[in-house]
Amino acid sequence: MTYVIKPKFRHPELPKNKIGFTHRDYEGAVSTLCAGCGHDSISAAIIEACFELSIPPHRVAKLSGIGCSSKTPTYFLGSSHGFNSVHGRMPSVLTGANLANRDLIYLGVSGDGDSASIGFGQFAHAIRRGVDMVYIVENNGVYGLTKGQFSATADPGSKSKRGVVNTDSAIDLVGIALQIGATFVGRSFSGDKAQLTPLIKAAIEHRGAAFIDVISPCVAFNNHVGSTKSFDYVREHNDVVNKLDFVTGRATIEIDYAPGSVEVVQQHDGSTLALRKLDAEYDVHDRVAAMSFLQHHSAKGQIVTGLLYVAAESEDMHGHLNTVATPLNGLGDQELCPGSAALEKFNASLR
Amino acid sequence: MKPTDISVPDYFHKVVDCQWACPAHTPVPEYIRLIAAGRYGDAYMINWQSNVFPGVLGRTCDRPCEPACRRGRVEKEPVAICRLKRVAADFKDDIRDRLPKPPAQKNGKRVALVGGGPASLTVARDLAPIGYECVVFDQDPLSGGMMRTQIPKFRLPESVLDEECRYVLDLGVKFVGGKRIDSMKALLAENFDAIFVGCGAPRGRDLDIPGRKEAAKNIHIGIDWLSSVSFGHIDKIGRRVIVLGGGNTAMDCCRSSRRLGGEEVKVVVRSGFEEMKASPWEKEDAMHEDIPIFNYLVPKEFTHDNGRLTGVTFTKVKAVSDADGRRNLVPTDEPDQHFACDDVLVAVGQENAFPWIERDCGIEFDKWNMPKVDPKTMGSTNPKVFFGGDSAFGPKNVIWAVAHGHDAAVSIDRICRGENVAERPAPQMTIFSQKMGIHEWSYDNEVALDKRYRVPHREKLVALRDIRAEVELGYDVDLALKEAERCLNCDVQTVFTGHLCIECDACVDICPMDCITFTQNGDETDLRSRLEAPAVNLTQDLYIGNSLKTGRIMVKDEDVCLHCGLCAERCPTGAWDMQKYLIEATHAEQACHSKV
Repeated sequence: MTYVIKPKFRHPELPKNKIGFTHRDYEGAVSTLCAGCGHDSISAAIIEACFELSIPPHRVAKLSGIGCSSKTPTYFLGSSHGFNSVHGRMPSVLTGANLANRDLIYLGVSGDGDSASIGFGQFAHAIRRGVDMVYIVENNGVYGLTKGQFSATADPGSKSKRGVVNTDSAIDLVGIALQIGATFVGRSFSGDKAQLTPLIKAAIEHRGAAFIDVISPCVAFNNHVGSTKSFDYVREHNDVVNKLDFVTGRATIEIDYAPGSVEVVQQHDGSTLALRKLDAEYDVHDRVAAMSFLQHHSAKGQIVTGLLYVAAESEDMHGHLNTVATPLNGLGDQELCPGSAALEKFNASLR
Repeated sequence: MKPTDISVPDYFHKVVDCQWACPAHTPVPEYIRLIAAGRYGDAYMINWQSNVFPGVLGRTCDRPCEPACRRGRVEKEPVAICRLKRVAADFKDDIRDRLPKPPAQKNGKRVALVGGGPASLTVARDLAPIGYECVVFDQDPLSGGMMRTQIPKFRLPESVLDEECRYVLDLGVKFVGGKRIDSMKALLAENFDAIFVGCGAPRGRDLDIPGRKEAAKNIHIGIDWLSSVSFGHIDKIGRRVIVLGGGNTAMDCCRSSRRLGGEEVKVVVRSGFEEMKASPWEKEDAMHEDIPIFNYLVPKEFTHDNGRLTGVTFTKVKAVSDADGRRNLVPTDEPDQHFACDDVLVAVGQENAFPWIERDCGIEFDKWNMPKVDPKTMGSTNPKVFFGGDSAFGPKNVIWAVAHGHDAAVSIDRICRGENVAERPAPQMTIFSQKMGIHEWSYDNEVALDKRYRVPHREKLVALRDIRAEVELGYDVDLALKEAERCLNCDVQTVFTGHLCIECDACVDICPMDCITFTQNGDETDLRSRLEAPAVNLTQDLYIGNSLKTGRIMVKDEDVCLHCGLCAERCPTGAWDMQKYLIEATHAEQACHSKV
């Protein structure tokens, strides 16, 4: 937390993106989280991703629930739409917003308490419906705002700051997301922006439910010896399966890696991912194998990170429901309210 | 790259750009903070220690600090450092009881100082308090040298100069006015322990073109004329005046003329307006007083009628670059231009003249007839004789004279103690944390965009009526506070301790200037190209921190760091700290002799 106002000055040589903005134009208010919080790095990665994609900030809707993580949308994209929902209810608010206006980019930001405890059901249903969104969980394994109790994602056997050992099983949100049909699943670490930023960019460009679990050490309550979500532990046990280079549009991909080590993944919207494989046996298109790989490594105490799964073909909720292509705010009165004759006709079809 | 060794005094000194650029290394941010706190006397004393003439320099300094100021790299204009110095002098209380006292016991060593200008007075200021008997000789009846004879009173009131000269002379310095030293040999024979030559560059260059002799009555050498004006020997000039030359002396000549009856005053320069040697603000002030500046005109002839000057004829030239890229002025086809005038002031440069130094008294001269002087020690080839100010390396300005004086005083002190002059005592340096508590720093680090505040001027009509009326009125207390707040506190350094860092990126994310990067090591060129923001200013160092757990390094580009302290504020482990770095250039009176 800081009381110094961030000066408006910026580096005179700061690069600008295609729409003339610097990354400073994607910032929000100065964070009031604890100094060194992993969440702030995730905010910085989101800022960088939106800057690099040249996204006009007003085309983004950022939604969150309650918790340290859910405070963070205030700290990035100050010119975007925002909604701070009830605890754990971000997914349903996001779903509703997406139904009403499908043209915005939806960014759901949540935490392990918000998504794995009180909002666990909400999380699951938004994913299984295939809502077109980027769902980021800033996962620190503790309830930071209530002084560091274990959360539902804390690993069994890990120690709290006061020395208590966790005896409950952990919910692995990545495993759940894979199981219930997310079409883009990744895991990363707040301390590795080089990995996180391209992952967020790819997720934004992905059509469908994209889920990213970001391990984000809580410097105040979960960065000690015995924690499995500390900077040191994650760095030691991080098993990176691949590295992602995000390439937009139809740009030619320059491959300067050893032959056979790079896989080119075409996304639905035409963007391209160059995936540098670090683990030769890992296949990002095989959902079942991914689940087993994750379980296997988790049992060994390893944290698998990278792009874990991307569906070859994906469709979102609007596709499932065959909704109108125009956002509701773009339709006229006549289309939104076609009159009693149309209602009669519709009711008749249901009889 | 190797990790930065911040214990080397120069490293952080360079980060304090203004102090590094100041020849006398005045701790600028330190005194600006004191001005902001309303502690004008303290701010004055810091200046007095470093540059001896705060009131004079606060009005007349050439300000090498200002182009270096970091504010100028992140905003359009630098902090008005020079005019803030004047604020310290203007608003201080009586500081006389804070000055050193003449020592009760002298050390028995005698030093002769030739010339009573800023260089000599600095030597005397440094040596008198530690027991030296200093004797200053000057041809003029009063001390001050060119500060008195060449800087017009409307830029520097006599009272300010008198006060600051008196502070030095009151240290028990003997001033022998009205005595011109005619022979170095004779002076050497007086058995002084050391002799310091600080008699300036007293000879104004003349312009030997047709008509010079015939119209001599109305053609004056700029610096001699200014000197006569200063002492009241001249109090009027013709209605139409032409000033030849584009330096600060020319600006003083034309502005003085405007006050002594010159109604149509013109400045004519050989080269382009941009190439003029005068400081931009002095040109501005001259033009503000309705003095046009004509450029690319080379004087060809003084026209005269019956021994009376009628004007000057000029050849029109243009600048052409030759094959080697050198600029040459070549005549154009345009016809010569003639400006009518009643008086001409020639201010085309000044030079040193040492007719009084016999060439066989152990002082070697180079091919330009300048003494061979060691720029570090200010010593000549005669171990007892030292030079400083304009006498040493030709015309510079007051702040250089002061810097030379300090160095020469250290040398004289060492030679009188039988120590090696070439070995120089290290500067005094302290660095300590500014953290007072959570979110509390002992300096004001709320950095905001803020334009430079203008110094109020006296109304032009009033100013032109009296040559003694100071044009600049100086900042008032409110304006001074506002301008002082523009200082970025570059002396409060970002100090990084690698083994405390957990690489959480908090500093990288918060830094408003994208100065900080954590990355793999590489050579400097490589590193400069792959930082968060490109590090293109090669004059500014990269600060390298190591001992990180991941084996990466921390790279901080010092170039546009605002010293806002947000990195330290956001750091959860105290790996970043804001520490005030104070360096005081070595002066004879403080030099710790056991250290060397």
